[in-house]
Amino acid sequence: MPSSLKHLLFIVAPLIVLLAVLPGVYQNHLLLFNFVIFLVLAQGVNIIYGFTGYLPFGYVGFFGAGAYGFAIMVMHFQTPAVLAVLVGGLVGVALGLLLTPLLRLSGAYFAIANLAASLAVLHFVANPALENITKGPYGVSLTGTFNPNMAYAAAVVVLALTLGAVVFLKNSRFGLALQAVREDAVSASMAGVNVVKMRVIAWLASALVAGLAGGVYAWYVSVFYPDNVFSGDFSIFAIVFALFGGVATICGPIVGVIILYGIYNLIGFTTPQYFQLIYGLLIMGLVLFLPAGLVSLATRRGWHVP
Amino acid sequence: MLIYALVAGVLFGLYFSLVGIGLNLVFGVMRIVNLAHGDILMLGAFIAFGVVGIFGIDPLFAVPLAFAVFVLVGLLLYWVLVPRLQGSVNPEMLSIILFFGLSQVIEAITTIFAGTSERSIQSRLLGTVFSTIKVKLFGGKPGASGPISILGQGFPAPWVVAAGTSLIAIAFVYFYLYRTRLGTLTRAVMSRRDEAFATGIDVDRVSAAAFGIGLGLAAVAGVFAPFMFGSVTPAFGADATVTSFAIVVLGSLGNPLGTALGGVVYGVCYMLVQTYLSSWADLLPYVLLIFILLLRPSGLLGRRVRVA
Repeated sequence: MPSSLKHLLFIVAPLIVLLAVLPGVYQNHLLLFNFVIFLVLAQGVNIIYGFTGYLPFGYVGFFGAGAYGFAIMVMHFQTPAVLAVLVGGLVGVALGLLLTPLLRLSGAYFAIANLAASLAVLHFVANPALENITKGPYGVSLTGTFNPNMAYAAAVVVLALTLGAVVFLKNSRFGLALQAVREDAVSASMAGVNVVKMRVIAWLASALVAGLAGGVYAWYVSVFYPDNVFSGDFSIFAIVFALFGGVATICGPIVGVIILYGIYNLIGFTTPQYFQLIYGLLIMGLVLFLPAGLVSLATRRGWHVP
Repeated sequence: MLIYALVAGVLFGLYFSLVGIGLNLVFGVMRIVNLAHGDILMLGAFIAFGVVGIFGIDPLFAVPLAFAVFVLVGLLLYWVLVPRLQGSVNPEMLSIILFFGLSQVIEAITTIFAGTSERSIQSRLLGTVFSTIKVKLFGGKPGASGPISILGQGFPAPWVVAAGTSLIAIAFVYFYLYRTRLGTLTRAVMSRRDEAFATGIDVDRVSAAAFGIGLGLAAVAGVFAPFMFGSVTPAFGADATVTSFAIVVLGSLGNPLGTALGGVVYGVCYMLVQTYLSSWADLLPYVLLIFILLLRPSGLLGRRVRVA
């Protein structure tokens, strides 16, 4: 059995089935939905950071753009929600295309420029001068398409697609080439890898995933403000979850989301400051003591982690 | 109106240079992205609140206090965080995440102790030390110093004081880098870290000093933040960090004069947009940052080209 099939059968399929069945058993659907969204975003970060080494510090820009793509389609063109979600994904890709020049930057410059880009999109969308199109800072209300069950199902489908993409990256020559580019772009291009094309494809794939997630999110919550869907927390959480589990693997981000987002919800929402404090300390501890993520505990012992 | 915008832009710009210069030093020397830079600014502002609230004296006294405190904090933080970070696979990327964590911790602790309310200081308190000295030496009547007139336009006194302090701070950084032994070593580490290490320079000591001074300067900039931005909350840090980055990148890395120029260019642009296109002013730092990074990644005064 080829390993890609094994990964699909033993990691992706059980997770998807579990998430599809859980709403019938567990009452807190919003929590489940958030889990799915963060699984998608963490894997999206995995695609771009894990496989190419670009840290998307403004990843939420694609997410928010997707959400607003959805909102604009529904508000101005009255399209069905599923179509609007697809448009959300396309808006994410379009923003990704617009930002491809950023890939020329390396290291921290890319991360900072990406952060600035996401903030620029936020201030653009939230500008009162664009009230006719985006409703500016006053937020959008999409009660017409409100249907949490369908939106949840769509989120699980998006997750399945995303996981499929990661399994492909993990098992294909394409993914191998990407990792070669990450390690040493010059050597990789000597070996015949088209460095620019590879990076752009990974970048757009990751933008597409976030755009779709944003569209689904807009569908599910149906009332939101620019500050909600462009909140930097989405970027940070996605990056930290992916990093905590271990990037460039299939399991790492999944484990990271389940453990960290699980803890996040267990501690409770009573005092946000304490929360922020614990989270900050956790992030610092993670970087200082476990920079390669949880999976490094296993790989250090010589176990193979898919 | 144009002249007002230009002069105000220069005054603000000099202040913005002070905001960015600490970040420039830290990134230039250590290749570490100090995402907690804005939070150090915020803490500097809280020192000013403390000085005014507890002792009731001129907030200018907070300047040396903030500098001294944060140089020490910087040295301490350096030894706790940086050597461990430099040992990891990808220190530049991980530093972003590490210092993001630090900024969260600072913001959370400040919120726990100080609440989320906006704080400000009455602007007439700043510079009272000067007017008192003037009254003692030359006579005249004590009173709040009014707006200061430049080119026939009145500007709030705190803006001028902040700009003056920034000039002194930039001169200090210039003196440190080009006229002291430690500064020469710092420049050596900036241009080639590994070669500096190979020639026997104590890279850790040099970096620790740069880190301390960088944080100290940020705190000094923070003392003026309540006057320049109206008010400060514990959440002020994040925006300040991005703005500082725009300024640093606009100038160039490892060149304090570059940051001064970057700050002034930024300040003038900011004031012009604020005057003529105010609803789009929020976008400016981000768009400017992206364009500069793409068009001239080495900054306005930079010579070295970064490889993508």
